[in-house]
Amino acid sequence: MKRYLVAGLLSLACLAPALADTIRVGVIAPISGPYSTMGKQWEATIKAYQKINGTSIDGHTVEVVWKDLSDINPSQAKALAQELVIKDKVQYLGGLYFTPDAMAVAAVAQEAKIPTVIFNAGTSSILDKSEYMLRTSNTLGQVSVPAARRALDQNLHTAVTLVADYGPGMDAETAFVKAFTEGGGKVLESIRAPLKTTDFGPFMQRIKAEKPDLVYVFGPGGPQTYGIIKGYAEAGLKQAGVRFLGSGETSELDLPAIGDAALGLETMLHYSPVHPSALNEKFIKTVQEVAPGTILNSVGVGGYDGMAVIYHMIQATRGQRDPAKAMAAAKGWEWESPRGPLKIDPVSRDLIQNVYVRVVGKDASGRLRNREIGTYPMQPDFGRVPAPAAK
Amino acid sequence: MSLELVGNIALDSVAYAMILFMITIGLSMTMGLLRIVNLAHGAFAMMGGFLAASLPSWLGTSTWVSIVVAVAAVALLALPVERWLLRRFYGRGELDQMLVTIGFMFICVALANTVFGSGIVSVPLPSALQGSVEIGPRLLQKHRIFVMLLGLAVLGILWFAVERSSFGIKVRAAVDNAAIAQAIGIDTARVYAIAFCIGAALAALGGIVGAELLPMEASYASKYLVLFLAVVAVGGQGTLFGSFVAALLLGGVETTVKYLLPQVSSIAFFLTMFLVLLVRPQGLFGRRV
Repeated sequence: MKRYLVAGLLSLACLAPALADTIRVGVIAPISGPYSTMGKQWEATIKAYQKINGTSIDGHTVEVVWKDLSDINPSQAKALAQELVIKDKVQYLGGLYFTPDAMAVAAVAQEAKIPTVIFNAGTSSILDKSEYMLRTSNTLGQVSVPAARRALDQNLHTAVTLVADYGPGMDAETAFVKAFTEGGGKVLESIRAPLKTTDFGPFMQRIKAEKPDLVYVFGPGGPQTYGIIKGYAEAGLKQAGVRFLGSGETSELDLPAIGDAALGLETMLHYSPVHPSALNEKFIKTVQEVAPGTILNSVGVGGYDGMAVIYHMIQATRGQRDPAKAMAAAKGWEWESPRGPLKIDPVSRDLIQNVYVRVVGKDASGRLRNREIGTYPMQPDFGRVPAPAAK
Repeated sequence: MSLELVGNIALDSVAYAMILFMITIGLSMTMGLLRIVNLAHGAFAMMGGFLAASLPSWLGTSTWVSIVVAVAAVALLALPVERWLLRRFYGRGELDQMLVTIGFMFICVALANTVFGSGIVSVPLPSALQGSVEIGPRLLQKHRIFVMLLGLAVLGILWFAVERSSFGIKVRAAVDNAAIAQAIGIDTARVYAIAFCIGAALAALGGIVGAELLPMEASYASKYLVLFLAVVAVGGQGTLFGSFVAALLLGGVETTVKYLLPQVSSIAFFLTMFLVLLVRPQGLFGRRV
């Protein structure tokens, strides 16, 4: 009798995990330090996602484990990923703001077979390092090719590129130059400014002397893009007939400091907080509810959509650890995001998404916003997918 | 090399150099005078910038008044820093001084991050300095002209003060031989304190007017520390003209290379420092130790 009682109790104990299990998702993000505005955006957008869609999916509770990585530190990134996998026993990894950190985590993801969703790091080649990695942000190739097309569509035939001299900058320059020249344009010069440059006056004077129709820029957020935009305005390049085209330089985090010098500047990017859709308005509203005062730029939505992918993978694997099934479910998945329609490219595992043409203007309350004025639909990552020949 | 290009290079070099000069002259003087390695010097420039950015909204003062008040406030804030923090370390080894000042710098950076966030803070320019004037074919921003004139004015005033005023004599005496200076009745402690505060005030001024070229943000003090130290190292510690010439040299080299070979402009800056120190380890005008 006692034996059956013990057996019965043991069986009941085994049922417990199957009924109410918790799936842990490890997120490595800059929550403190100079890039804390990025990690904090993800904290807010993930909270918003869980508020709208619930903290559990199909009976599996999803718990996010946060690890703070405040700067570029690949060895620490790898250590944090290992800790998450071994100690916290996460089923999925997310986050990763910087490329070198993502590269380091790729090794862990590949060895431990943990599906990893990159919320930001934008260098195309990261996804080559592990077959278990996906990305829910954008790459420079993805926005630079439509930028070249935009320039050609606007009848701008000559250009100068001005990029910060590091990975993403070179990606942007390469992609733009290739697409622009293939479409019949001429790149007069490609300037690479050292990453620490804050005073772009000399570069702008040089560009003014060359008189291109367009200057295509890339700079990381913060002092560099402040310097680029101020330099462009102060050198009178707009009046001299040199148009501006960029990608993430008019970040909502920097616009208040840059001020009116940013008015009228055009950029090509995958998300603007004033994107006109019902889902986006719900997203923005919920983010303000869960984390009042959060300023969103194009980085925050990567966390939101990353969670959507993770929830989808959990659903497909029924909460079980099954990396192959999870990746199979993610590849080719299409869904609606606050930024617009999204699809995960089954081959490159990058996003296929709309790239919008935006212009900086003032909204009703006088704040600077990136207003969408055009769309290049469903662009893949041209860094790893060859661009179709321009007509 | 057209005349226009040379003109552009010259104008931009001098503007950049004047900002470097104003920020680093205080550091050079305190390193030469107090013989203390103060790695937190950039924090005073940062304090000046943040105060100038915030006072218009905090107190409703005009931009000119805010700048003056910010500089004065930093000078006052420097007083307790010198008295209660640095003074304890005057005799101690350089490593100790570096550690305490770098710790102070990290505290300032973290405080700025907490109060102002980690983004860029725009330091408002007075309306008289906004906009540009046309000088020949070049559109030159008014504030760059102001910075150049201000730098020259600061050089002139400081030279006059050091060479001609009684305070200047005391400073020079204390630099040359502190023990003898004390023996003949100069209150060296007071001289140090005043000199430190003036240096901090100049750093604040440089940070404020230079905010268009070196944008103000929470990590300003740590980001540009190497820049400031390079200028002091190249010029020599404790010399007025050393800082001025070093700023012109380094600023000029960097700007020229930016125009001609953009990719290597920051390499050029540090290569120049390297070469100068190789030939003259004490700096251009520094005294051989």
